[in-house]
Amino acid sequence: MLVSQIAVEALKKQFGTQNAVSDVSFTVDAGECVVLLGPSGCGKSTTLRLIAGLEPTTSGRIQIAGRDVTGLSASGREISMVFQSYALFPHLDVARNITFGLEVRGVARAERDQRLAKVAELVGLTPYLQRKPSQLSGGQRQRVALARAIISERSVCLMDEPLSNLDAKLRHDMRVEIRDLQQRLGMTMIYVTHDQVEAMTMADRIILMKNGSIEQIGMPHELYDRPASTFVAGFMGLPPMNVIAGDDGADLIGVRAEHITIREANSAPRAGVVTHVEYLGADTMVSVDCPGGVVVARASGQAVKRGDTVGLAWSNEHEHRFDLATGRRLEPRQTQVSHFVSN
Amino acid sequence: MQSRQSTFLALAMALPAMILLVAFTHFPIIATVVDSFLSTPKPRRPSHYVGLDNYNTMIADPIFWKALTNNLIYAAATIPVSVALALAMALVVNSKIKGRGLLRMAFFTPTVLPMIAVANIWLFFFTPTYGAIDQILSIVGMHATNWLGSTQTALLCVIIVAVWKEAGFFMIFYLAALQTIPPDLIEAARIEGADRWQILRRVTLPLLGPTTLFVAVNAVINAFRTVDHIFVLTGGGPDNATNVLMYEIYLVGFGFFDQGYAAALTVVLLAGLALVAVGQFVLFDKRVHYR
Repeated sequence: MLVSQIAVEALKKQFGTQNAVSDVSFTVDAGECVVLLGPSGCGKSTTLRLIAGLEPTTSGRIQIAGRDVTGLSASGREISMVFQSYALFPHLDVARNITFGLEVRGVARAERDQRLAKVAELVGLTPYLQRKPSQLSGGQRQRVALARAIISERSVCLMDEPLSNLDAKLRHDMRVEIRDLQQRLGMTMIYVTHDQVEAMTMADRIILMKNGSIEQIGMPHELYDRPASTFVAGFMGLPPMNVIAGDDGADLIGVRAEHITIREANSAPRAGVVTHVEYLGADTMVSVDCPGGVVVARASGQAVKRGDTVGLAWSNEHEHRFDLATGRRLEPRQTQVSHFVSN
Repeated sequence: MQSRQSTFLALAMALPAMILLVAFTHFPIIATVVDSFLSTPKPRRPSHYVGLDNYNTMIADPIFWKALTNNLIYAAATIPVSVALALAMALVVNSKIKGRGLLRMAFFTPTVLPMIAVANIWLFFFTPTYGAIDQILSIVGMHATNWLGSTQTALLCVIIVAVWKEAGFFMIFYLAALQTIPPDLIEAARIEGADRWQILRRVTLPLLGPTTLFVAVNAVINAFRTVDHIFVLTGGGPDNATNVLMYEIYLVGFGFFDQGYAAALTVVLLAGLALVAVGQFVLFDKRVHYR
C-alpha cells in the first residue's frame, strides 16, 4: 500500500492572537516535489517550519513516513532542510559542514568519507572541500547546503526559499539542477518559494497559500489553466491573468494574455485604447484600456502604437468566470450563456 | 606639502591620548623598572644603584613566596570558575524563559556595585554565628565557623567573592556574543539531529571562541589586579593567608615605604602578566575562529 510520505492535517499556528497558519491540510507522495507558493506573509514558511519541528504547532497533526511526528523535536524527525541563508557553520570547512549530521549521529569515519566523496562529486564541490564557507561564492555555498541535505539520505527534504539569494542566471541553473537531483535521487521534497516561475518549473504539485490558508492545490497546469480564484489567477503566470468586470456586472471575467487576439476595433466585441507597449523580443505585451479594466494582450510583432484604438477578442473556451463577491471560480455550466457572444 | 600637513594633523589629534598614555602608563613602567635597581631613598641617604639586591631580597622573602602561591591558587580558582559560570548564566538568560529580564539584571548587579560595597555585604554573610552563611548552615546542624578568621577558609572566601563579582561582568560579553549567532545555525544543527550538548560543543562554543579568548585574558589580568575586597574582608590575613602579590606590593610600598623593593615586586608582576597575555594570544589565536 502506498502511504503518503508527508501528511498534514488541520494544521494551525497562532503567534499571540494572530493566525499564521489556519486549517492547512495536504499530503505529499513519496518522490514528489510539492511547492508551497504564496506572497510574503502567507504562512508558507511557517508551514514548512512546523513540518520541520522548528516551531510547535498550535493544533493539527503532522505525519512523516507514516509516523506521527507532531510532538517530536526537529532532531527526532529525520528530515533534511536547506535554509534560505544556507545556515553553514562558519568555523567548519566544507567537508565538515556536509558531514556535520553524520558526525553527530555517530556514523563511522570510513562511511562518512565514502558518502562525502560521492555527494561532493554529485554537486561539484570536490575541489572545495577544505575551504571555509567564507571563501566560497553564493552558488557554491548553496551547493554545500544542498550537499548537507543529500548526504543525510533522509527521504524527506524541506527547502525554504533556497534560491532567493542568488542572481537570476544562477537561480535558473540551480532550479534545473535541484529538480534533476530531486528526481534522480527520488527525494520527497517540500519547496517554499514566492516565485511562481520557480514553482511552475519545479513542482509536481503546487500549493498556493494566502493569509495562512490554502487557496488551491494542483499540478502547475491546473493552477494555470483552471485557477480556483481571482487570487490564483492573478498570482500565476507572467503576465498574470487579466481579470475584468463582466458585461452584466455580475461576474468577473478572466482571460490570459496569450489567448487574446488584437483586431480592428470595429470587428471585435471589446475595444479600447493602447496605453502601453512593452517589447520583449519574441513577444510584445500590449496594455489596452477597455470597458471593465486594463487588459494585457500578448502580440507578436504587431505594429500597434500607444494611443491606437484596437479591438480585443478571445474564444469562449479561454474565458474564466469568477464570482464578483468572493472571487471564487464559477464553473462553466453555471455560466453557459456566454454574455459576450450574444453581444 | 599636503601630506606633511595631514601627518601633522594626525599627530595633533593623537596627542591628547598619547600624553595620557605616556604620562600614566609608559613613563611609570619605565620609572618602576629603574627604581627596582635602586635603593629606597632615606632622608639622609638618597637612593643609589644596588644592582639586583631588591630581587635577591625577594627570593629570600618567605612572604613573597606565600603571596605568589596564594595568587596562583586565587587565579587557578577564580578564572575557570568565573568564566564557566559566566557562560552558563549567559546561556540561561539567552534562552526563552520567563523572567529573563529580571534574571539578567540579577546576574549583572554585582558588576554594577562597587567592590568595596560588595565586600561589606559579604563581610556580613561571613560573620560567625550571626552571618547569613552560618545562619543557613545552622539549620542543617553545623557549628559556627570563623570563615574569614581561619587560615583554612579565608582564601576560599576571598575567591568566592571575586567569582561572584566577576562572573556577571563576563556574562555580558558572552550574552552579546550569543545574540550574534544566527538562529538558523542552531536550527540547522537541530535538523541534522544534534542534541543540546552537541550543539553547545560543536556550534555555540566554537563561535564563542573570540569572546572566550577576550574574557580569559581579562580574567587573568583581574586575578592579579583585583584586591579591593581583600582590604575590607581580611587585610591579607590571617597570617598572610589571603595576601596576594598586588596586596603585598601595596603593603611594601605604602605600608612600609620600601620603594625599591615594591618596584621590584611590581616588575615581576608586570612581566608575569605580560608573558601570560602574549602566551594566550599566541597559543589560542590560531585556534579561534573569527567571523
